[in-house]
Amino acid sequence: MSGPLISVQGLAVGFGGQPLLEGIGFEVEQGQVLVIIGESGCGKTLLLKNMIGLYRPLAGRVLIAGTDLAASEGDQRRAVQRKFGVAYQSGALFGSMSLLDNVRLPLEEYTRLDDAAIELVARLKLSQVGLLGSEAKMPAELSGGMQKRAAIARAMALDPAILFLDEPSAGLDPVTAAGIDQLILQLSDAQGITFVVVTHELASIFAIADRAVMLDREARGIIAAGKPEDLRDHSPHPRVARFFHREAAP
Amino acid sequence: MEKAAGAGGRWIIGCNYRGGMAKLDISTTEGELRMALGGRLDADGVAPIWQQARAALDRNRALPVRVEAAGVDYCDGAGLAFLVDLRRHPRQGGAAVEIQGLPERFRRLLDQFDPAAFRSAPAARQAGEGIFASIGRSAAALGLDLKSQVAFVGEAGRALALALRHPRQVRWRDTLAVAEAAGVNALPIVTLVAFILGVIIAYQSALTMRQFGAEVYVADLIGISMVRELAPLMTAILLAGRSGAAFAAEIATMRVNEEIDALSTFGFDPVPFLVLPRVLAAMVVTPVLAVYADGISILGGAVTLRLFQVPLVTFYNEVFSWVQMHDLLGGLFKCLVFGLVIAGIGCLRGLQTGNGAVAVGISTTRAVVSALVLIVVVDGAFAVVYYHLGI
Ligand SMILES: Nc1ncnc2c1ncn2[C@@H]1O[C@H](COP(=O)(O)OP(=O)(O)OP(=O)(O)O)[C@@H](O)[C@H]1O
Ligand SMILES: [Mg+2]
Repeated sequence: MSGPLISVQGLAVGFGGQPLLEGIGFEVEQGQVLVIIGESGCGKTLLLKNMIGLYRPLAGRVLIAGTDLAASEGDQRRAVQRKFGVAYQSGALFGSMSLLDNVRLPLEEYTRLDDAAIELVARLKLSQVGLLGSEAKMPAELSGGMQKRAAIARAMALDPAILFLDEPSAGLDPVTAAGIDQLILQLSDAQGITFVVVTHELASIFAIADRAVMLDREARGIIAAGKPEDLRDHSPHPRVARFFHREAAP
Repeated sequence: MEKAAGAGGRWIIGCNYRGGMAKLDISTTEGELRMALGGRLDADGVAPIWQQARAALDRNRALPVRVEAAGVDYCDGAGLAFLVDLRRHPRQGGAAVEIQGLPERFRRLLDQFDPAAFRSAPAARQAGEGIFASIGRSAAALGLDLKSQVAFVGEAGRALALALRHPRQVRWRDTLAVAEAAGVNALPIVTLVAFILGVIIAYQSALTMRQFGAEVYVADLIGISMVRELAPLMTAILLAGRSGAAFAAEIATMRVNEEIDALSTFGFDPVPFLVLPRVLAAMVVTPVLAVYADGISILGGAVTLRLFQVPLVTFYNEVFSWVQMHDLLGGLFKCLVFGLVIAGIGCLRGLQTGNGAVAVGISTTRAVVSALVLIVVVDGAFAVVYYHLGI
């Protein structure tokens, strides 16, 4: 395929016609890990939801593999949706299904694998996030961190080309969080999966990110973009430096 | 890669599959099962070859297996699952399954899975129990439920008494909001149902009464049956379906979202905080709605009887000479109790919620069903009491 896998052009997003972020533009190449950072409440989740077509942008467009999701319908829309998986900030597991069934559901709907094969694929996904042995548990019986990890496993179920993860390691212990980082790197190296990750964990940003995009509420847009090391060491913007040096606002 | 079936027990299965393409070539030579894998191992690719591979392993349980995977140029989660499935296959006498030549980046992914861990079936949820166990469990649950209802009545009563003594502690603003949602907003549906009820009963009775030339007594019948029984009952049923369900769903969602926990760690008792405003509002609103329903249904009867040549004035005189004050008050007092019961059980079911979205649905269903049962029971009890009191 030619060109970037994801291309965001002149995007404005917000609620009730009021833009929260404007003029957002960036691209993600296949196999890249892009990290979206910014203070709490600046609109990272909102931007992510616009990228995956849950909300309609106020202006601009998002192309995924060359298709504008917001402007497509029916089969075309479903074809794009199958290219990516999403792990939501709150987990959003289906409460009436066991963990295994949560991961099995998309496999049953979209692949022609038989029952035993689907079960094994789903169990491999769960073991990749360290949840082997908890297959029969219901989401309500899981700890917060386990729900997060299960949501990642479900997002990976169909081996999508792109994974959108909203704060995958928030609330996890450092060891498990490092495990998630390792998983992201492994998948992007071996299978060329593209990642768009919202995260606040500095260690995780330096470990996984090829590129970081920093959003800002006051500037209503991107205030810095580039390799995390460059942002940390060379950004002229005081808010960027504060973020990377973990300093409180004056 | 296409090869013809050769001699020496060789057979070849090649799968060309749209888009994704995986190839499997199975042969048995010199006491060894050989599988040559190639192409793209993704969900589309492995789906058609998985069965053949499994069948070949089953047929040759005692043979060692060599999987040549050098031709694999892509392997995702489904492909890894396929390889793990080959590796975990039970072999006789420990005959090995060896995967050779898999490109290094996929090898690393594959090696993170221990095939032994996937040999046993995943832990299942506890299966259904025997009939006796489930009868016993149901009985015990019924007993516990009765106990919790009694305890809840006690707590609610205490909260009510407390509210009477310290009216400033009641959350009047919440109470007002609930009264609006459960009362004012219920007016359209109450109007509709009450009017139709009045029309139907008037029409059906008038048809029969006409044979005796006694159409005018339909007015008495409507007046008495509506004021004493039907309007309170109908109001209660509507309230249970609209507001009892709403109370249960709202409180159940709060429980699921840990909002109830948050309240109690702030030292707020959920009964005075959440239950009391709803119960008070329902107790005020139900009698008012019932009076309104009385009026509307009698109006419906009056309109209908016009068709049977009974003038409005006659109808009016009949109703008001026949229906006594104690009929009206008896009906209204019953409504007070209906309101208490409906709001109380709705809140109780909400507080008893388990976890997850399903539990909210279950609580709501249980709230409505329990409310309907209690309405019938309370109504029956009132009938007996009023009979003995001569009301
Ligand atoms: N449904 C909504 N209606 C109106 N405003 C909303 C809604 N959801 C979120 N907001 C506002 O939009 C802003 C951005 O929210 P968003 O969830 O994108 O933040 P975020 O950057 O993901 O923060 P965090 O790091 O805390 O998750 C916030 O200021 C929030 O108040
Ligand atoms: Mg967010």
